[in-house]
Amino acid sequence: MISLSLLFSSSSFAETTNSESFIQALVQLQSKSYKDKGKAIEQLVTTKDERVQSILEAMLKARLFYTKEDKVTVIGKKHPDGFSLKSVLNQKDLGVLSKSKLKKIKVNNKLRGILRAKIASLSLSSPNANVRLKAVKQMFGKTDKAIITALKIHLEDEKDSDVKNKIEVLLRINDLNSSDKVVQLSAIKALRNDLNPETRNKLEILKDSPDAEIASASKGALENIKKKLGFYENVNTAFFGLSLGSVLVLAAIGLAITFGVMGVINMAHGELIMLGAYTTYVIQQIMPNHIGLSLLVAVPAAFIVSGSVGILIERLVIRHLYGRPLETLLATFGISLILQQAVRSIFSPLNRAVETPAWMAGSLEINPALALTYNRLYILLFCLAVFAFLFLIIKKTSLGLSVQAVSQNRSMARAMGIRASRVDALTFGLGSGIAGIAGVALSQLTNVGPNLGQDYIIDSFMVVVFGGVGNLWGTLISGFTLGIANKFMEPWAGAVLAKILVLVFIILFIQKRPRGLFPQKGRAAES
Amino acid sequence: MMNLLKDNRGGQIFLALLAVLTIFIPILNLGMPETSPFHVSTYTVTLLGKYLAFALLALSVDLVWGYMGILSLGHGAFFALGGYAMGMYLMLQIGDRGVYGNPDLPDFMVFLNWPEIPWFWNGFDNFWFAMIMVALVPGLLAFIFGALAFRSRVTGVYLSIMTQALTYALLLAFFRNEMGFGGNNGLTDFKDILGFSLQADSTRIGLFIASAIALALGYLSCRTIVVSRLGRVAVAIRDTEDRVRFIGYRVDKVKLAIFTFSAVLAGIAGALYVPQVGIINPGEFSPLRSIELVVWVAIGGRTTLYGAVLGAFIVNYSKTYLTGVAPETWLFALGALFVLVTLYLPNGIVGLLKRKGEEA
Repeated sequence: MISLSLLFSSSSFAETTNSESFIQALVQLQSKSYKDKGKAIEQLVTTKDERVQSILEAMLKARLFYTKEDKVTVIGKKHPDGFSLKSVLNQKDLGVLSKSKLKKIKVNNKLRGILRAKIASLSLSSPNANVRLKAVKQMFGKTDKAIITALKIHLEDEKDSDVKNKIEVLLRINDLNSSDKVVQLSAIKALRNDLNPETRNKLEILKDSPDAEIASASKGALENIKKKLGFYENVNTAFFGLSLGSVLVLAAIGLAITFGVMGVINMAHGELIMLGAYTTYVIQQIMPNHIGLSLLVAVPAAFIVSGSVGILIERLVIRHLYGRPLETLLATFGISLILQQAVRSIFSPLNRAVETPAWMAGSLEINPALALTYNRLYILLFCLAVFAFLFLIIKKTSLGLSVQAVSQNRSMARAMGIRASRVDALTFGLGSGIAGIAGVALSQLTNVGPNLGQDYIIDSFMVVVFGGVGNLWGTLISGFTLGIANKFMEPWAGAVLAKILVLVFIILFIQKRPRGLFPQKGRAAES
Repeated sequence: MMNLLKDNRGGQIFLALLAVLTIFIPILNLGMPETSPFHVSTYTVTLLGKYLAFALLALSVDLVWGYMGILSLGHGAFFALGGYAMGMYLMLQIGDRGVYGNPDLPDFMVFLNWPEIPWFWNGFDNFWFAMIMVALVPGLLAFIFGALAFRSRVTGVYLSIMTQALTYALLLAFFRNEMGFGGNNGLTDFKDILGFSLQADSTRIGLFIASAIALALGYLSCRTIVVSRLGRVAVAIRDTEDRVRFIGYRVDKVKLAIFTFSAVLAGIAGALYVPQVGIINPGEFSPLRSIELVVWVAIGGRTTLYGAVLGAFIVNYSKTYLTGVAPETWLFALGALFVLVTLYLPNGIVGLLKRKGEEA
């Protein structure tokens, strides 16, 4: 069966354009003589065929075989029943074959050197600068004489400055091994600011060098590098803190409206966030082929879903409890239980998998010591955008002005013709809708499950109370402060203890300043 | 004592019922053969004993919420601390009968490779020391927390949220293995108390009677506070705090005294609860538990004390029943109870009964 399919593929390679010399070289690779194999490699490279690189890489890793029966060259991968095979010609899967039916194309040390150099120069010859950069990056820590020579030759033709820099760093790291003291010293000097782990490892060795001059130079360079690394580590922690802070702000900002501006304790706020996350999930189920787009659709959808549930809650329950904050707290907590159980009954108590679009994956590499992941970066930006949006609504729209008027002096506002109860419903809907939007963002970071809301409700209240009730800026600053404080404590305290310490800190802080970081001033502060 | 029950029909009925229960349940359990239709199973006795502990907890919440207007969302923390103190005593009674057979270290410490018992476990092998801690630890926490909060005049919902943060922080802390309280699994696998096996029917009956007596004493002491001058000032604080302060009362001290007493009651309730259910774990610290017990009080009817007891029994019986029959409906029912009681029954079931009584 397998040999049949092999035959089939060997007959089908006539269709893809296989130059005479490419095929010839492939056959020659199966030769027993290492000398012939070397020639075959040379010939393969001169064909400039794009499949050559993968063939050479497989050969280097001792994964290139040919079948004993019909001498087809294949790439093999370990499999319980032998090796699963792929055609070198068209990457087609050829099934699994037992080890006894295959012959490995062996390489010796000399050939390995040749292979490495050829692969290096092949990847460096790509017209795309990004591919070249990636190729150079992969060479870090794996250089040998052959590669260095290839790099030196390539450097003269290289136009792209990024690639050029990388190659130069690589060559300098190689110079650290030089037997010439002058070369070594100049390399150490040039690498004083280099953050590659490779450099650090080499310098760690050199710092114990018998030559006093080299030892002291390496020590100086190492200290400099470590200082820089420490700095970037702090930058990294701060970024993690900002990203945690942006999550906190997103979760709390809706609460800043309902609790801060309206004075309504909404314990179901967390569940409104959860509804937003589930909306994201449902929309992804509806349009499974457009994950990226679905996320953009989910933002307004979550706003509408959570917003309307919020308005419903306000009309049915909270409206009857204005001025009785403790009762509001209990009633909305009841609602949160109902929403949780509803989600559990509809979607199952297990976590749902929300996919992350491709553009959220990966990271922005600033230097070897600092890489910012895109999803955290986007959430930070998203958080700021949501904040700006909300801020503009409250400060610049007529709804926002009505909200402020009603929250400052309800009866006066009504006397001026503002329909206070309608404003209440809309404000609550706005705060709830923002919670839904937060849910969309959270669905990209954490598990989407019935307990999602519970995990954030206490944190959200802490952020609002810490920042000062009725103050959007306070919420923003307190969210980021708590996030950064949390992340900076984590390395020495551990994640859980850091969280406990933050909670204890807030409890103590509230004793000192019961109205938060930025208390309201003037008449609004009364009550 | 007569003074406490004068003009207090609800209290009289409650104490009478409690006395009947305390006398007849043991007789029906131990005196009747198991085949008799009047036999009360040990399971039921333990269940009732658990409800009695919950009722005592509800009393402590009603004292601060009903009579002083402090909605504590962290009373579960005091309950759990009392429970842990009791659990530590019970844990050390296991001795070498644990899975690992280590005479000095509880199982979880052997499992986590602790070299020796941590210092804060010292003394817990003594029952009376443990009992002092049952009252002292929650009381001390409430005293420190209250002293800070009341002096800086943190009131209303802020205070509620702070108490919630308190129990949440403790929840996170007790989940950590490094704390030395058994982490996620908590303390369990208890064998005996004061030398009596916890599996024996007679011990169960003993715990049931102890819980009933504790509840009766708890009720009477709460009642004593409520009718005293201190209690009257507390009610005045609930209604208009500023005016009481301007008249010259030290509002923070009144609050602190009653809040601390209430925490001690909650701790005792926890200590009675643990030997009957046989486990204490960090779940008792979860904010949900604390809010749930506020609902017991709200449903029974706050500011009556016996209403809190009634609420604790009704809600917990429904919980036992519903989670047995249809577990997925329990949260719906509990959530609906929250909403309906706050909207339509501000004075709970007791309020409803009173209104019916006045109409008739």
